[in-house]
Amino acid sequence: MIRLALLALTLLAALPARAEDIVAGLSHDNIGITASFNGSEILIYGAVKRAEPEPEGPPLGVIVTLEGPDGPVTIRRKSREFGVWVNTDSVGVASAPSYYAVATSAPLAEILAPETDVIQRISVPLALRAFAGPIEVTDARPFTAALMRIRTEDGLYRVDEGAVRLVENTLFRADFHLPANLIEGDYTTRIFLTRGGAVVDQYRTAIYVRRVGLERWLYVLSRQHAAIYGALSLALAVFAGWAAAEAFRLLRN
Amino acid sequence: MQIYLPIAEVSVNAFLLLGLGGVVGLLSGLFGVGGGFLITPLLFFIGIPPTVAVATGANQVVASSVSGVLAQFKRKAVDVPMGIVLQIGGLLGSTAGIWAFNLLTRMGQIDLVVQLSYVVFLGSIGLLMLQEALRTIRRQRRGTQKRVKRHQHNWVHKLPLKMKFRASGLYISVIPPIMVGFAVGVLAAIMGVGGGFIMVPAMIYLLGMPTKVVIGTSLFQIIFVSAFTTMMHAITNQSVDVMLALLLILGGVVGAQFGTRLGARLKAEQLRVLLALLVIAVAVKLGLDLLLRPADLFSLTIPRGKP
Repeated sequence: MIRLALLALTLLAALPARAEDIVAGLSHDNIGITASFNGSEILIYGAVKRAEPEPEGPPLGVIVTLEGPDGPVTIRRKSREFGVWVNTDSVGVASAPSYYAVATSAPLAEILAPETDVIQRISVPLALRAFAGPIEVTDARPFTAALMRIRTEDGLYRVDEGAVRLVENTLFRADFHLPANLIEGDYTTRIFLTRGGAVVDQYRTAIYVRRVGLERWLYVLSRQHAAIYGALSLALAVFAGWAAAEAFRLLRN
Repeated sequence: MQIYLPIAEVSVNAFLLLGLGGVVGLLSGLFGVGGGFLITPLLFFIGIPPTVAVATGANQVVASSVSGVLAQFKRKAVDVPMGIVLQIGGLLGSTAGIWAFNLLTRMGQIDLVVQLSYVVFLGSIGLLMLQEALRTIRRQRRGTQKRVKRHQHNWVHKLPLKMKFRASGLYISVIPPIMVGFAVGVLAAIMGVGGGFIMVPAMIYLLGMPTKVVIGTSLFQIIFVSAFTTMMHAITNQSVDVMLALLLILGGVVGAQFGTRLGARLKAEQLRVLLALLVIAVAVKLGLDLLLRPADLFSLTIPRGKP
């Protein structure tokens, strides 16, 4: 009896958290990198499903993140040695997303509590994970800051506060522009609904970015049959050289 | 028109690459060099990762050397035995060079070594060429005859393992050609160049070969050294980008035709002065990059060798 009551209580307690659900979709969940690939637009849209009227209290926030495949990165710093600028210090980050974009419906600080950010790893600094190996420098912060700065300059990391358009606290959409220097892999999209800084509901789906056609064939060949690929590159060079010499000769005559 | 390079994983303008190949081809046709020393730094400038630029540069050198050597064979200006001896040294040098390249890449110092090699070799060879060409021009103005000094007997002629090189008219030890081949092989692997601009002076001044056969023989052996370098890079680093190579080669072939025609209208010494100035300009640019405070002290590298 007590157990049943407890169960009912927890259900009741849990109910408000499930009172708002995300229903979402993507304009496309497959991106093919062809030879003429020049970036891609992707639209993430959705609605908030409610079983009852919208709850009173803090306003609704929507955060959409798009994250590329993770990989290790080494950050090196140059300093002057014997009059020449050389790489001296380095910091290895075990896992940093190759692409990371955050779009929000309002300034991030207003709709996301710092402790929620730590759990969900939403803001850019938290998306970088653990350092690889022992850290040899006294202060690693300038290195991670440089990683974020360089990737932001390259258009790979971005935070667009206010880029999520929220209509009537129900419908939302976010437009992402994926740059041309994308790497292939599985991209993860996460959508968070927040109220008062806490996550009310979240939704996760994947976008597959793949080389297609010739790009795929060449890449696979270069990795799996490196010798054949090398021979192919050489054959191409020798043929082009021979053809040039022949064309020369024909033009002269 | 943007094109996505499958190995470099960057998107670049295809016309920019064709143009780059074309300009280098033009200079290559004009001056009779492979052009690798220009293409690799130019690829750095447009944002191709250094490992890919070096490996693909070697592939492009194969094409221009094949094109050049075929013409030289018709003129019987290739010393095949000498080429083969240089080759043996070259292959050993290439292997050592690739090993050094991988070691330096892991240590994060590859950019420095590549840049330093460029500055030192381009700078000194450019200055030597400029001096030599200016001296020739001055001498022609004065109308004095060129003094021809051949068959100087120095330490090179006292070494064992002598061999006859008929086309060059030489009877020398195989040790100096092997050493020259080795040195050029190491540079080819590290710098992504054929090494013609080092090989040619070494053959003339160190080995005492007649100028007539030097270019053909140099091109002949460069084909094999850079083909070997390309294969090694393709297998160990998987960093040859065939799409990038194709565009550079296409541009280069067209450029070379215009270059040869333009070259026919200029005097040999004027050409050498121009080439020397170009070589020095590249060396100065790369040297300043090392000496001046870089715009960004930080750089990112993605460790290679992922599945």
